Amino acid sequence: MDKAKNSKLLSMFSGTFGFTIISILIGLGIGAIVLLIAGFNPIEAYGIMLSGVFSKPKYIAYAIIYATPLIITGLSVAFAFRTGLFNIGAEGQYIVGALVAALTGYFFNLPPFIHVIVVFLFAATAAGLWGGIAGFLKARFGVHEVISTIMLNWIALYLNNYVVNLNGFKKPQSEASYEILNTANISLLSEWKLSDAGREWLSNFPFLADLMRAPVNFGFMIALLLALIVWFILNKTTLGYELRAVGFNKYAAEYGGIGVKKSIITSMVIAGALAGLAGAVQVLGVTNKVAVLAAMEGYGFNGIAVSLIGANTAFGNVFAGLLFGALNYGGPKIQSGLQAPSEVVDIVIGTIVFFIAIPGFIKMLLTLRSKKRGDTNGR
Amino acid sequence: MTHSKFQEKVVEMKNITKVFGNFVANENINLTVHKGEVHALLGENGAGKSTLMNILYGLYTPTSGEIFIKGQKIDIANPNIAIKHGIGMVHQHFMLVEPFTVAENIILGMETTKGLGVLDLKKAINDVKQLSEKYGLHVDPEAKIEDITVGMQQRVEILKALYRGAEILILDEPTAVLTPQEIHELIQIIRNLTEEGKSIIIITHKLKEIKMAADYCTIIRRGKFIDTVDVSVTSEEDLASKMVGREVSFAVDKVEAKPGKKVLSIDNIVVKDNRGINAVDGLSLDIYGGEILGIAGIDGNGQSELIDGITGLRKVESGSIQLHGNDVTNKTPKEIIERKISTIPEDRQKRGLVLDFTISENMVLENYHKKPFAKNGVLSHQKIKEFAKELIEKFDVRPTNENAKARALSGGNQQKVIIAREVTNDPDLLIAAQPTRGLDVGAIEYVHKALVEQRDKGKAVLLVSLELDEVMNVSDRIAVIYEGKIVGIVDAKNADENTLGLMMAGGGETHGQS
Ligand SMILES: Nc1ncnc2c1ncn2[C@@H]1O[C@H](COP(=O)(O)OP(=O)(O)OP(=O)(O)O)[C@@H](O)[C@H]1O
Ligand SMILES: [Mg+2]
Repeated sequence: MDKAKNSKLLSMFSGTFGFTIISILIGLGIGAIVLLIAGFNPIEAYGIMLSGVFSKPKYIAYAIIYATPLIITGLSVAFAFRTGLFNIGAEGQYIVGALVAALTGYFFNLPPFIHVIVVFLFAATAAGLWGGIAGFLKARFGVHEVISTIMLNWIALYLNNYVVNLNGFKKPQSEASYEILNTANISLLSEWKLSDAGREWLSNFPFLADLMRAPVNFGFMIALLLALIVWFILNKTTLGYELRAVGFNKYAAEYGGIGVKKSIITSMVIAGALAGLAGAVQVLGVTNKVAVLAAMEGYGFNGIAVSLIGANTAFGNVFAGLLFGALNYGGPKIQSGLQAPSEVVDIVIGTIVFFIAIPGFIKMLLTLRSKKRGDTNGR
Repeated sequence: MTHSKFQEKVVEMKNITKVFGNFVANENINLTVHKGEVHALLGENGAGKSTLMNILYGLYTPTSGEIFIKGQKIDIANPNIAIKHGIGMVHQHFMLVEPFTVAENIILGMETTKGLGVLDLKKAINDVKQLSEKYGLHVDPEAKIEDITVGMQQRVEILKALYRGAEILILDEPTAVLTPQEIHELIQIIRNLTEEGKSIIIITHKLKEIKMAADYCTIIRRGKFIDTVDVSVTSEEDLASKMVGREVSFAVDKVEAKPGKKVLSIDNIVVKDNRGINAVDGLSLDIYGGEILGIAGIDGNGQSELIDGITGLRKVESGSIQLHGNDVTNKTPKEIIERKISTIPEDRQKRGLVLDFTISENMVLENYHKKPFAKNGVLSHQKIKEFAKELIEKFDVRPTNENAKARALSGGNQQKVIIAREVTNDPDLLIAAQPTRGLDVGAIEYVHKALVEQRDKGKAVLLVSLELDEVMNVSDRIAVIYEGKIVGIVDAKNADENTLGLMMAGGGETHGQS
């Protein structure tokens, strides 16, 4: 009710960093209660999780690798949100990006590096168009993007399964496609590190040697670069100005001569391209192929949570994505360490994530409320 | 105090101070209101009136100071406490649930049930009827909010407060959104309420209304208490000079217009409103450089749709619009702006501003993509800031911080931002829709001067206002709009209120185009 209190709360929430830390602690606390109820020692469990992420360079590398696609899908959701759109479709755009990356990575014959660039371009374009469909439906027919993107997610899933099963692309005796050509691979020195020379050299540097045991790749660098680009577009360009204006108040934007419909489509295309790049990075760097999907993998959905935790800012996303990656990578280690059923571990991780994401969500609601209320005071 | 009939103090605000960050919005303000009294609050835009009332209603907590209600010291930490002590507030922007009916809105949060949580809507409708008859607040309890006029919505808000037992009613700029007719009705309602022993605190920039309705008036200037005066012995001029701190001239001084070439020519256009009805219905009008053409008319006769049609925000179904002899019918808003038509929109918060943008960002809403504000698609925040600073200074926007969000500005200052931006565009045709709505007299003087200045530079100005006084004072020619058509054009020098009023009501003889 109290507007002053509302804005006090708001400033507390947006004094973000401190508050995020507090909510992480609360999340861990509630997670601990869940563990206790399930009959496990939370201190032991969290100990396993912590050492499972930080005790070896390899683990840290893995956590970062887990984080990379989430950072990028988070950017996709955040970009759309900053321009007034709710991109539930990052999941489907991710699938399309991954699929196109696997196709172009396998079928195109190009020199190294150039091949990578071309794959990224194709994946981003395809996923951008995929996102653009939702933008177009909204701009042209007023179909809410939440509805259309959810449906597009399913279409993407089945499209993926159809294409993976096509002759010539599907690797026989498997449920997945052929692997991409080496020229499209973005792993860091993946051949060299397994060669004799590489092994010998690395044996002098135990830290590096351990680090390189993980599928280290350029994905994280690409995620950082994309965060920088998103920040730049939103804050420094006329395009960002237009998109944000439309997101905040489309009537004023229209009055100012900004094409509202065009902006909605543009924004969804960019958001889609970002999510698609997440899929491409994952294929070129980690999986090297796409598989038949029985269910959604959740990269896009997790991106929503990442974006919430990251307060919809480009660099908040990097931090939130890393946190998420660490949880996703370290969490399951409780399972083997304590013989805990995987359901318990899922519940604990879910709880932690929920409590970390919820302040962002509350903040979003508060912002919306104070937006509604801000000018109810007869100014 | 000269009135002997006001004995019983119902509200005493003592030494109220409110600080936002390092900005002092209220500084040691005192306000005393008696039972049965109408107390006006007067002050320039941003003086701190809404802030003070939000404190009384529990929306803001004061930084220091005390509040006594009926002699009892109360800590009004939230609106529920205020309501419990008989304080009600009607905000300038209403807080009604659009798809709900009038009665549902009034009882919202205080529903009477027939037991088992079943809503007793019959009783509610009855209660509402009784209340509305008692005070002459005419509403249809079963109508939906989205279907009723702004004036009626306001009555619903008042009823809502009364239903919650309000003894002290705060009205924040209630007349800014009303037509002259509705204002008279509101003043009558206020009289009915005070006769029943209720007290009213009313914020308004219109001195005429204060003279008509208020007993006392408290004047605030830049957050400071200036004086509380007995309205019956204080002239409008005195009120104005106390408020601004200098003499204010009400008359618009301007020399004879020197009309030049035809700038805009509207020929027989039809524009539909949201319901698909021809709101502008075969309207023709010419506007010349060097003149201010005022459009007089009762709200809802096609004024908004006419402006939207000219500026490309609404489709022109038939007919044509020409600017300097070139067809501009149904061009996009951007093309219209490029051709040097600028608009001060009637709804500043919906059209005129992106409230979550800073003042700087708002100052370039139409020009953000042009040099020097952007190069190759990259914004120059530095240049935008410098530009904003210049306009803030020139147009006396307060606060002067260009990084403040437009949302944090008082209503009047929001308006100044828009006016600064549009006038600086230096358009060939400036459309000003309700340009002084919610502005204080000092600012109104300023806006009128700015319009006359544009005219004197040889530009065409189209002024659309629901206030006949304003149209008559500022315009050179007056076109009366009725049911989507221009029913007559008169020279402002020869215009008289009665004839215009008659024409506005559809009763005048039809003059030819002049
Ligand atoms: N929440 C807020 N945060 C920061 N500053 C504020 C806030 N609310 C009001 N202000 C500032 O306090 C001053 C007083 O604002 P207020 O809305 O009370 O003015 P007002 O007298 O009602 O003006 P108007 O006649 O234009 O409505 C303004 O300068 C405004 O910018
Ligand atoms: Mg105000």
